[in-house]
Amino acid sequence: MSIWEYANPVRFMRLSDRVLPWLAALSAIVMLVALVWGFFFTPDDYRQGSTVKIIFIHVPAAMIAINAWVMMLVASLIWLVRRHHVSALAAKAAAPVGAVMTMIALVTGAVWGEPMWGTWWAWDPRLTSFLILFLFYLGYIALWAAIDNPDTAADLTSVLAIVGSVFAVLSRYAALIWNQGLHQGASLSMDRAEHVADVFYYPLVTAIVGFILLFVTLVVLRTRTEIRARRLRALLARESRE
Amino acid sequence: MMPDLGKYALWVLSAYGAGLVLIAALVIQSIWRDRKMARLLAEIEARQKRSGGRHG
Repeated sequence: MSIWEYANPVRFMRLSDRVLPWLAALSAIVMLVALVWGFFFTPDDYRQGSTVKIIFIHVPAAMIAINAWVMMLVASLIWLVRRHHVSALAAKAAAPVGAVMTMIALVTGAVWGEPMWGTWWAWDPRLTSFLILFLFYLGYIALWAAIDNPDTAADLTSVLAIVGSVFAVLSRYAALIWNQGLHQGASLSMDRAEHVADVFYYPLVTAIVGFILLFVTLVVLRTRTEIRARRLRALLARESRE
Repeated sequence: MMPDLGKYALWVLSAYGAGLVLIAALVIQSIWRDRKMARLLAEIEARQKRSGGRHG
């Protein structure tokens, strides 16, 4: 069986109908475990005090903010090359989730920054690239809403997804590329010596898994909504012609 | 049960509060819109089935 068979909306709806309740339950459980673990059962950091607990929301949200755009980029490329409607609708479905995750990263980052850096905001490379990424999300959502023809909207938003991917990559690597500003480098690294301490690392990884599951759940749910909206639009158009 | 957050309590609670409110709003909006779309689609399909039955 090929993965492309799920590009068929009927097959996608049938499979997602079975998978979605399990996915939703699993993401709720993992999120709950991770946030309770991180908030209640981790110690204060010797430098940052209890503000270190913000890491369990801030870092997973920031990771999803970047990777949601990467997912939208892949889905958009599939649309442009293979013209599968489900992939275009999945990209559309992911955008509000990515936008909210970017907003969470920006807000929790500001709240964390004020006591640690003495400011809510700085025009630091990573903060600025995240703000631009957030504006790209808003532009992408607005472009879908502004164009009546869904295929034209999918084409144009796919181009925007390709252009915006530059800022998704910059958001990830800005702190390394410019090597300046207030924001620290990555909290997680392939090099174990550069990780945060184990007492924070395990709940952080659990929180990241929880946020990934939440993202997948919401994208599947919202893709189903978009498929229904598309069918509704087609039925109404047929009705108005008769 | 509540951990001692010390002098940063306001910041930590604000970050968790804002994050959880935004996540909850996203989840609720996603479910609400999906249900609304499912209901509208079912209504239109039923209506078209009925009118198709009358004409056919």
